Amino acid sequence: MTVTDVDVNRENKTLTVTAMFDASVERVWQLWADPRKLEQWWGPPTYPATMVEHDLSVGGRVRYFMTGPEGDKHHGWWRITSVEPPSRLEFEDGFGDADGNPNPEMPVTVARVAIEEAAGGGSLMTIESNFPTDEVMAQMVEMGMQEGITLAVGQMDALL
Amino acid sequence: MVTYNYMVVDITERRGTEPHTDLVFQALADATRRDIVRLTMHGEYSVSQLAKRYPMSFAAVQKHVAVLHRAQLISKERSGREQLVRGRPDVVRAAATLLDEFAALWRDRIDRFGEVLADEMKGTPKMKGTPK
Repeated sequence: MTVTDVDVNRENKTLTVTAMFDASVERVWQLWADPRKLEQWWGPPTYPATMVEHDLSVGGRVRYFMTGPEGDKHHGWWRITSVEPPSRLEFEDGFGDADGNPNPEMPVTVARVAIEEAAGGGSLMTIESNFPTDEVMAQMVEMGMQEGITLAVGQMDALL
Repeated sequence: MVTYNYMVVDITERRGTEPHTDLVFQALADATRRDIVRLTMHGEYSVSQLAKRYPMSFAAVQKHVAVLHRAQLISKERSGREQLVRGRPDVVRAAATLLDEFAALWRDRIDRFGEVLADEMKGTPKMKGTPK
């Protein structure tokens, strides 16, 4: 059973995801720590992820690409800034260029993962994702624009 | 579900045109300003027309309009002695869509995360044991 809550805080520019799992903290951690397991959930089924490099030590990198339906490849990377197995992981989450190297033109977000034992058994995982700068936010808005997904104006209230 | 990575393709070609997001969110954080945006999305209004709709002074409404204008959520056009205000759906949509998309991306990830865990529980024989 997964109970998930996703909360967007525009003021702090933070996205907080909370999820409960019927699994031990160690098992939940393995989905981050084992690249083969990470591949199973990081990318959507239509854009499966392949981990090329996976080093969850401080300063370490994760490099991956996601393969689209047309065989198109989209590269991404993490840089680990803090780690405390099996309960904490903090990393920068960014995009890569065609060769998989970090692309400085692309926005970088910071993700903080915390996994703890839940009171009634199972594990509680919290992921906080920050948009560090205005520039990043601006870029992300630009990206949203590019998708051209329409949204009724009436939905604005729900989002704010 | 559109992926986040997919979303950013070619962004570099479109730089220099992005609205200042902070201003957008600040501007939309006020109910009167949201109402002005909503209203002007469907037609042009002069500032004095807008001022008649809200229980506040002309100057206060003018100030709200200025905040919206700075965030590029509306455009202003001079027509004789009046300023005509018109909403910019493109900017509103972009601001609202983006974090929503980002949230959806994580929601999907967590759903898959839960599925992987559940499959593991089903598929892993007890004897294999898990390190504690």
